[in-house]
Amino acid sequence: MYRYDQYDQSIVDARVEEFRDQVARRLSGALTEDQFKPLRLMNGLYLQLHAYMLRVAVPYGTLNGRQMRMLASIARKYDRGYGHFTTRQNIQFNWIELADTPDILADLSTVEMHAIQTSGNCIRNISSDQFAGAAADEVTDPRPWAELLRQWSSFHPEFTYLPRKFKFAVIASDEDRAAMRLHDIGIRIVERDGEHGARIFAGGGMGRTPMVSHEIKEFVPLSDLLPYLEACLRVYNRYGRRDNMYKARIKILVNDLGAEEYARQVEEEFAGLKALDLDPPKAEFDRISAYFAPPAFETSLSDDIDRRDPDFAVWLDQNVRTHKQPGYAIATISLKPVGGIPGDATAEQMEVMAALAERYSFDELRVTHSQNVVLPHVRKADLYAVWQTLREAGLAEANLDLISDIIACPGLDYCSLANARSIPVAQKIATRFADQKRQKELGELKLKISGCINACGHHHAGHIGILGVDRKGTENYQLLLGGSGAEDVSLAKITGPGFDEDGIVDAIEKVTDLYLEQRTEGERFVDTYRRIGMPAFKEAIYG
Amino acid sequence: MKLLSGNDLKSGKVVWWTGQDWSLHIEDAVDTGDQGEAIAHAEEGARRVNVPYVLDGVMTPEGPRPAHIKDRIRALGPTVRPDLTLKPADPDAGNWVI
Repeated sequence: MYRYDQYDQSIVDARVEEFRDQVARRLSGALTEDQFKPLRLMNGLYLQLHAYMLRVAVPYGTLNGRQMRMLASIARKYDRGYGHFTTRQNIQFNWIELADTPDILADLSTVEMHAIQTSGNCIRNISSDQFAGAAADEVTDPRPWAELLRQWSSFHPEFTYLPRKFKFAVIASDEDRAAMRLHDIGIRIVERDGEHGARIFAGGGMGRTPMVSHEIKEFVPLSDLLPYLEACLRVYNRYGRRDNMYKARIKILVNDLGAEEYARQVEEEFAGLKALDLDPPKAEFDRISAYFAPPAFETSLSDDIDRRDPDFAVWLDQNVRTHKQPGYAIATISLKPVGGIPGDATAEQMEVMAALAERYSFDELRVTHSQNVVLPHVRKADLYAVWQTLREAGLAEANLDLISDIIACPGLDYCSLANARSIPVAQKIATRFADQKRQKELGELKLKISGCINACGHHHAGHIGILGVDRKGTENYQLLLGGSGAEDVSLAKITGPGFDEDGIVDAIEKVTDLYLEQRTEGERFVDTYRRIGMPAFKEAIYG
Repeated sequence: MKLLSGNDLKSGKVVWWTGQDWSLHIEDAVDTGDQGEAIAHAEEGARRVNVPYVLDGVMTPEGPRPAHIKDRIRALGPTVRPDLTLKPADPDAGNWVI
């Protein structure tokens, strides 16, 4: 994985000292909250429902054991012993004190981490495929490009005050594990005639106005990627709505202009930029790329796995995926124990994951947008030992992509923007469907819950989505069906009137019962929904 | 009744106006009547509180409580982590929140 050079380190260190001074001035009264707020947000520090919240960047979800140990240390030393992995592949600490924040950022800097680009109207943390570098279906590792984008976008003077926040995703495989089409700009690296290039999608996003992105360019040679993206941002920066924050995202611009016209303007801008020869030097990309060279995989390893322990076999079948290297596998650590808080991990659990990465996965971990953690390169022969350790740490839930593998935002329990609680609903659903055989019978079922219309819980992209709203001071939950953030991307639709906390769980049972009754061979829940349509599900729910 | 709340500048903890000072405990809150905004302005200026705001409350036999669920959760702590609330040893602490 990427390692800082002297420039990266000096930039981050300087930023820490700058923020230390800003915090001191805030505490002394030299800065008002209005003056300080944009400065703290640029360093990932929010003021949430109960306290300050610090969001730490995990670029494209990749981190090593040392970094995970530092997150554990911060949880223990400055917070309340845990952290919350987010749908942007980052981590949040919920109980931070303002005066501690510069020291936390200084600690993070010692392991090449920071909280830059986790808030504000800038280009946010670049997201990517959690299986990058390990997936059997990728044409190349997308992370060198994600890292190049990170370096290009960090403190980019032209794009620090965009009309609104801006999210990129980079993938390089058929299967979309990063919800790429629901980003402001999605990049899919493909191969054409032996050359790698990028398909570019613009104008996607969730939030209060969910939209699937449009393909605006079917092949950009990778040597042109940065100037092309610079052109995309320039057109947005010039014409994005700054008068109305609810209409300021690029999806609104692309929708208003039309994808074709937006693409035409990008081409025009690109032509001007290309002439300036601003492409990054090949040597610099090669330097970055070298950090992502495949680890020293052993060859001639056996693919056999001893499945005699039935509990291990269940986990193996559910949480382990095919690796491109024979003898290796990709293991997903579920942070969704039944009845637990989706995405939360204690400091001790973080240390367990760090130790497993160091011992069994070439010191690599990945955070997924589904709020789980991945060990990307595990020898198949080591999987049983990994599972045993995970089980002891309460991390061996065998539910990847099943109904209890729920994405849930922090909701009203923590978030000042939320209208309803998400976590208790997730807990009730997971408990109702806790039986492993029942979950397995239901098969792949992506259930996603947001506590407000901002959609941090990706409810529009759920096969089943839940949106919490405020009905005259009472929590109410709308049910949505038919969404997907994967390669079969679609936006979920609301079924009808909402429910209370228990009612929404009952409603989900009704739709899953209908699915079991109506499905044909090989159909997932979302496939059956698409085939038989909303009316049948409405009938099952509302009678 | 009208309550006044905010966050402690340094720690970020939720605090309630007691008539003289700020308290972590909603039980100490007082009705600010029509003085809430003026108190908020003065206290914020003195850096004794951050982002203060006036909210609706109700008086109950157990003391003052915020009217809206969001403020009730602010007053106690996350409903999903009773161990992290202000009353971790009281299993009934959250009954008034929801």
